[in-house]
Amino acid sequence: MSRHVVVIGGGVAGMECAGRLGMMGHRVTLIEKDAKTGGHAALWYQLFPDRRPAREVIDYLNESGTAGDVTVFTGTVVKSVTRGGNCLAVETNGPGSLNADAVIIATGFDLFDAGKKEEYGHGIYENVITSAELEEMFHNGKVLTVSGKSPERVGIIHCVGSRDEKVGNFHCSKVCCVTAVKQAIEIRELMPDTQVFCFYMDMRMFGPYYEELYRESQEKWNVSYVRGRVSEASETIGGRLVIKVEDTLAGRPLRMELDMLVLMTGMEPSAAGSQLARNSGLIAGANGFLAGNDHHYGTNESPLKGVFYAGSCVAPMNITDSLSHARAAVLGVSEYLSKLSQ
Amino acid sequence: MKVAGKERIWADYQKEIPDDHYFYVRSCIRQTFFPGSEQFFLGFMRNIMGRDVYEDPEHTTCTGIGYHGDVVPFDTIMTVVARHFAQATAKGYRNIAISCVTSFGIYSEILETWKHFPETLAKTRENLYRATGREFEVPDYIAHSSDIIYKFRGEVAARMKYPLTDQYTGKPLRVVEHIGCHYSKMFPKYGYGGAEFPHVLVGMIESWGGEVIDYPERRHCCGFGFRQYLVQANRGYSVANTKKKFESMQPYKPDLVVANCPGCTMFMDRWQYTIKEMEGTLYGDNGMHGIPVLTYEELAGLVLGQDPWELGLQYHNVQTDRLLGRMGVPFDPGMKFLSAEGEKLRAPEGIIF
Repeated sequence: MSRHVVVIGGGVAGMECAGRLGMMGHRVTLIEKDAKTGGHAALWYQLFPDRRPAREVIDYLNESGTAGDVTVFTGTVVKSVTRGGNCLAVETNGPGSLNADAVIIATGFDLFDAGKKEEYGHGIYENVITSAELEEMFHNGKVLTVSGKSPERVGIIHCVGSRDEKVGNFHCSKVCCVTAVKQAIEIRELMPDTQVFCFYMDMRMFGPYYEELYRESQEKWNVSYVRGRVSEASETIGGRLVIKVEDTLAGRPLRMELDMLVLMTGMEPSAAGSQLARNSGLIAGANGFLAGNDHHYGTNESPLKGVFYAGSCVAPMNITDSLSHARAAVLGVSEYLSKLSQ
Repeated sequence: MKVAGKERIWADYQKEIPDDHYFYVRSCIRQTFFPGSEQFFLGFMRNIMGRDVYEDPEHTTCTGIGYHGDVVPFDTIMTVVARHFAQATAKGYRNIAISCVTSFGIYSEILETWKHFPETLAKTRENLYRATGREFEVPDYIAHSSDIIYKFRGEVAARMKYPLTDQYTGKPLRVVEHIGCHYSKMFPKYGYGGAEFPHVLVGMIESWGGEVIDYPERRHCCGFGFRQYLVQANRGYSVANTKKKFESMQPYKPDLVVANCPGCTMFMDRWQYTIKEMEGTLYGDNGMHGIPVLTYEELAGLVLGQDPWELGLQYHNVQTDRLLGRMGVPFDPGMKFLSAEGEKLRAPEGIIF
């Protein structure tokens, strides 16, 4: 029996949910707050660990997402989800109130605002950029300083806004380490004469082929890894950047001049998703991400019957895990709707 | 460099400064090293701004130097500061104006401690009562005196006689601002502009026509660092810190340094003499002269047209004659070392021009 499912969030997880539910014969409404679907992945140039174009994943999702009865609303914000009997009311700022048999929340994450780490000078020093801004440069095929030169030395700071009590984020964003490795290789590939230094706390290569990519970055691409947290960045009279860091393996303070500094901004709970959760009586965990009914076997299930979670709204995830989590949410919805029909 | 980025940070770190009725607590060392600074502050507030600033003759040191030198325990310094608050309470003052950055950091640390650990506040009340029979109210506001000059920087600008402009070139004077570590590095929310890009001195300099220099070692400690200097064996480290700062700022050709901390002003001034003696190096005007290091009160006094020797500028190791010339401030070098009665005093040795 066909049912109506509303999916909130048009990123990787939301698109996968919409496509799968559509293929199962359900009527699906996919609601995205931004002007386009695709989420953060749509802004990325290449993906780790195999360096495939991010576009390919978005194309797959676009293709599978249009297979069934899927209606997409972009530029639309969901204010709340409330339950009345067996029906869920989804309040939006666009098409008004929608009635649904089930809802999947896939509101994803926000990138940490690098400006909050004031000591790195993002938004002040012109050649301090974020990992997302570097992806934009890769899209354009050129990585240049503001003066239009190829950087001779690039520094990459890991864990910006992650594992950092000072900004209130204790959690690890998981994917920044391997993103740094990927971006370091891309820089070296694009500009073989550019030196790249990664400043890290731990290298968390958790996924398949991540460790191999990390090894390749050192053996083939001569990327240098320095274990130590950068304490501050400043600018020289010639417009270069100066960083201070303690090399905790060598046990020595280090001062280095760079032409460009890339901040590996971590993941934070989506502000829009958090607001929706508050308005709907849903619960966030201590890290701010949405808390499922059970940490091990119920991460897709919310305390509100008929409402499910998918993707990185529950925790930082890579694309592979977001897709798997989305499919698990679809399975949960399917089981729930079957019971509803009985 | 994008100023808009700094302005965003400055907007995040604003604080409320009361408009009037301050209980003023002096610094131990500023009265000796920069004798005109606190005098200027009191005169400016009372006579020019018409504000009520009260000084209690029984006010003592906060014991901050001993605290940071590891000889005064935290319980003791809390009780001493509680006594200051008791004096303010007895005179009906709720706003504390603090001359010294070390003291300001200590007051901030104690108030934060009491906020998070009410049992510590209760214990301090008990300690103070048992020791002195005094009781106190926690003040409504604490402000460093640089915060207060910052608040009134527009009023200073409106009365300005000698802006921070080079009379010979017509260009703004290039000013290095140096913030004491204990002003906002411990508690960024207590400082105008926070810890990384403080605005308290920048605001004054720009309001008075100067150009602020942002150099790589801007945030670095002046070198005082208490134990770096107080422990004689560490003094080389203290000098090395100051040297690092001057080498970093030298390419920007600064006309002067302004600081809001007694230790910073003292060491960035005096260590120039030491470095000159040790290595023969000077950092001002292509290595030919020193770089004057002023307190913010001295700078305010100068732009307002006060007599440089009344402000005590002659008591700096690096003399300000060249700076005064650039600003167009009239001065008589022969009057530098005269007592109030006009008697000639012995000029200090080792001064740098």
